[in-house]
Amino acid sequence: MNSSVTASLLPLILIAVTAIVVMVGIAAKRSHKLTAVLTLTGLAASFVSVFEVAPLVPRQVTSLLIIDRYSLFYLGLIIASAAAVAVLSYKYFAKHDGQREELYLLLVLATLGCGVLVTSVHFASFLLGLEVLSISLYGMVAYFTDSGQALEAGIKYLILASASAAFLLFGMALIYAATGTMEFSGMRELGGSSLALVLPGIALSVTGIGFKLGVVPFHLWIPDVYEGAPAPVAAFVATTSKTALVALLQRYLGGATHQSERLFFLFSVIAIASMFAGNLLALRQNNVKRVLAYSSIAHFGYILVAFLAGATMAASAVAFYLVAYTVTILTAFGIVTVLSTSEADAAVLEDYRGLFWRRPVLASVFTAVLLSLAGIPATMGFVGKFYILYSGANASAWPLIIVLVLTSVIGLFYYLRIVVTLFSPVPEAQSATERLGWSSAFVIGALAVLLIWFGVYPAPLLDLIRATIGGLN
Amino acid sequence: MILIFLVAILLIAGILAGIAARWSTLTPRWISLGAIALDLILAAHIWTDRSLNVSATWYDEVNWKWIPTFGIHFHLAVDGLSFLMLILTFFLGIVAVLCSWTEIREKVGFFHFNLMWVLAGIVSVFLAMDLFLFYFAWELMLIPMYFLIVIWGHERRVYAGTKFFLFTQCSGLLMLIAILALYFIHHQSTGVYTFEYPELLGTTLSNRAELAIMLGFFVAFAVKLPVVPLHTWLPDAHTEAPTAGSVILAGLLLKTGGYGLLRFVIPLFPRAAHEFTPVALVLAVIGIIYGAVTAFSQTDLKRLVAYTSVSHLGFVLLGIFSWNPLALQGAVITMICHGLSTGALFVLVGGLQERIHTRDLNRMGGLWSVAPGLSASALFFSLASLGLPGLGDFVGEFLVLLGSYKVSVALTVVATLGILASTFYALRMMQRAFFGPNTNSWLLPDLTPREGVIMSLLIVGLLWLGVYPQPVLNTFAPAMDNLQRVVQMPAAALRRQP
Repeated sequence: MNSSVTASLLPLILIAVTAIVVMVGIAAKRSHKLTAVLTLTGLAASFVSVFEVAPLVPRQVTSLLIIDRYSLFYLGLIIASAAAVAVLSYKYFAKHDGQREELYLLLVLATLGCGVLVTSVHFASFLLGLEVLSISLYGMVAYFTDSGQALEAGIKYLILASASAAFLLFGMALIYAATGTMEFSGMRELGGSSLALVLPGIALSVTGIGFKLGVVPFHLWIPDVYEGAPAPVAAFVATTSKTALVALLQRYLGGATHQSERLFFLFSVIAIASMFAGNLLALRQNNVKRVLAYSSIAHFGYILVAFLAGATMAASAVAFYLVAYTVTILTAFGIVTVLSTSEADAAVLEDYRGLFWRRPVLASVFTAVLLSLAGIPATMGFVGKFYILYSGANASAWPLIIVLVLTSVIGLFYYLRIVVTLFSPVPEAQSATERLGWSSAFVIGALAVLLIWFGVYPAPLLDLIRATIGGLN
Repeated sequence: MILIFLVAILLIAGILAGIAARWSTLTPRWISLGAIALDLILAAHIWTDRSLNVSATWYDEVNWKWIPTFGIHFHLAVDGLSFLMLILTFFLGIVAVLCSWTEIREKVGFFHFNLMWVLAGIVSVFLAMDLFLFYFAWELMLIPMYFLIVIWGHERRVYAGTKFFLFTQCSGLLMLIAILALYFIHHQSTGVYTFEYPELLGTTLSNRAELAIMLGFFVAFAVKLPVVPLHTWLPDAHTEAPTAGSVILAGLLLKTGGYGLLRFVIPLFPRAAHEFTPVALVLAVIGIIYGAVTAFSQTDLKRLVAYTSVSHLGFVLLGIFSWNPLALQGAVITMICHGLSTGALFVLVGGLQERIHTRDLNRMGGLWSVAPGLSASALFFSLASLGLPGLGDFVGEFLVLLGSYKVSVALTVVATLGILASTFYALRMMQRAFFGPNTNSWLLPDLTPREGVIMSLLIVGLLWLGVYPQPVLNTFAPAMDNLQRVVQMPAAALRRQP
């Protein structure tokens, strides 16, 4: 391995180093602030290195990993979102007693797992990344061991994730048996190999990926984990880990859906079922975290629509939607985080009643978030949805985009319900307004600016995506 | 550049009004009035500065690149049709600010923020000449309107607001799909990715695609207009909204539907629209009759006025789909006059509700004796609404009927019955609310000077349009010439090509 190849791995190496430094740091001195600062410094260094590495790519690092512009784009997104989660966690865990430092260690490890996923081109690295991610997440989800809800969520996640990983492994074995290679490039030419083994293999591996994405029918864990996990961890599960899996899915099966009608059909069914189930199940929820959970099911249904549309612009549409979704959801959970108290997360709809009259800025941002999720103009969510419809229309996938439109109208209903609550008259008992704290104020403010800025003027981001993602195929 | 100022002034005034409310509840109102007045002055400037060259399509135009990746431009332009709609918007904007002067006492800053932003959205809709920008503005005007309804509305405001939002959003998304389909088909035939309206004109479409895309647009505009059976959001939204909201809904938002038909559906899809004519005409006549008959049976005064809108806007649809210049002129006049007369009625009903805290016709009666000024204004606008010659509505509906007579005698006869029915509901309203004995012994103050100003503005407007509508028709003429080229295409060209 020559030095330039090692250099191209710099972002991943820096994350791994951060993990070690954080671990040693905790052993030396248990300090919440110090740990958080170390974590953020490491992640920031890694983020910067993404830009440093950019001129060196593409580099194939052994047969397992590839560092190209595509992986760098997603690495940047993942590291940035992990850093945002770290900042939010600082605020959130400062309110709780007990040992808070290990969370950052798990967070960095999970980020490393995500980083491996977006760079992997081989089943071995795929599984490795997935397991690093999952195992860190078990710990993060059940971080409050004294909370029954968190433990339930953690156990549920553990069992289902292990089961789905087993399916994935079996699927990989079948594909290997048929094609004789563990590299994703083996999927490019499906025609020659024995479809009888490859198709079940793909179907089984889709189980593993679908579980992490939380699309129907692998979505059962989503609401419980979102509700039970600490708010920043839920944000990580919702954004970073799903982004990594979508990036991987794109590389793994991006071209395959157009080679096999059965595969196309399989994904169409998953997409349509997710869009309907997510939006319909969210209708009757009174818990904001659960609403976000069900809506995430629907949103990944939308992303699958773009994924299915294929063609060159689909990958860009998926990438843009993921950025929009990440920004939106991080803002949402950021607000949940700052409104949470040491006793309970601010999850029940009642906690938000009349928020606008108490804290107008925060409520305005939350409104923007909800409108972005609903895909209303002047938010990133709208441009994202527009891009998906755009690529869908380009591929003439009319049934899929009609379903998308209909179900997003259903979705509007529950987003509006939250918006109405935000603007309802204030209940008589005014809770003392707690100061935001500059760190979370900065993160939420920056995310909100992005949310509106790229919603009104998305051209720079679109150019970036076109320049990096466009070269995938 | 002026066009951008038109929108920006409203947006900035909205933010300023929102902030200013911290110190005084009066400042936001003056800021809003000032912003709209400034816009009116700018509009007058556009008018005096317009190029008198007949071949120039636009009075003024701004065209910037916005999202080059998709070929999206920030393209605003104004022609006669847009100009008329702009003036109506500013005019009713002033009315809306004035009529909420005492009605809205809580959250004044946020109220004016929403009011200004909804006006900004409406102005952008009337100016946008890029289909993406049009959709953007189309959706954007929805949110402040939604807030106006759900925060300051009456009893069932959340239900009404949500229904309004869902109807509009669903139909809007169908339009977005239609826009995208048009965009890609245009690309296939020309190789250019563009959402520009002038370039998309004359895109060659297969018959089936043209019909499907036309329907996507039509549904969006039909919901707004509203066309029966897509009208069910309207009575709820109009009834529950605060007065200013009702004025803007009836006076302006409904007009965006009519404007959309005139600007987009007819010119972009002449053949499909022509083929669709019988259906549209029947829907229009059903709307006219249904709106009038339903209005007759309402006891809620505001709901009654809301249903009259369904009836009047039926005439707009009838006029647009009659495919001749007379009817088109009638449709535009009807749109403007309906904005004035129905806006005025909503202001009056709002004023009444502020005074007697009910909208129930059965609880009113004999109000003329205690509030003659208010009652006389109500009489004036009821007469306008029922189509009294000499007032604007008459001109509009008369021209529409003249035009539609050439197309279908039977439907015109039925539509005329709608005017007859309007006499019943208008007179019934007057009878129940204002005449007769004052059984509830209401005692209420008459029109305040502020309300007097609103009423006299609107009365002068309607009289002017009723007696001398020619300036409006002249303004609309160049825009209509373009439409006419489509409308008067030889029948053979419009017929389905094999």
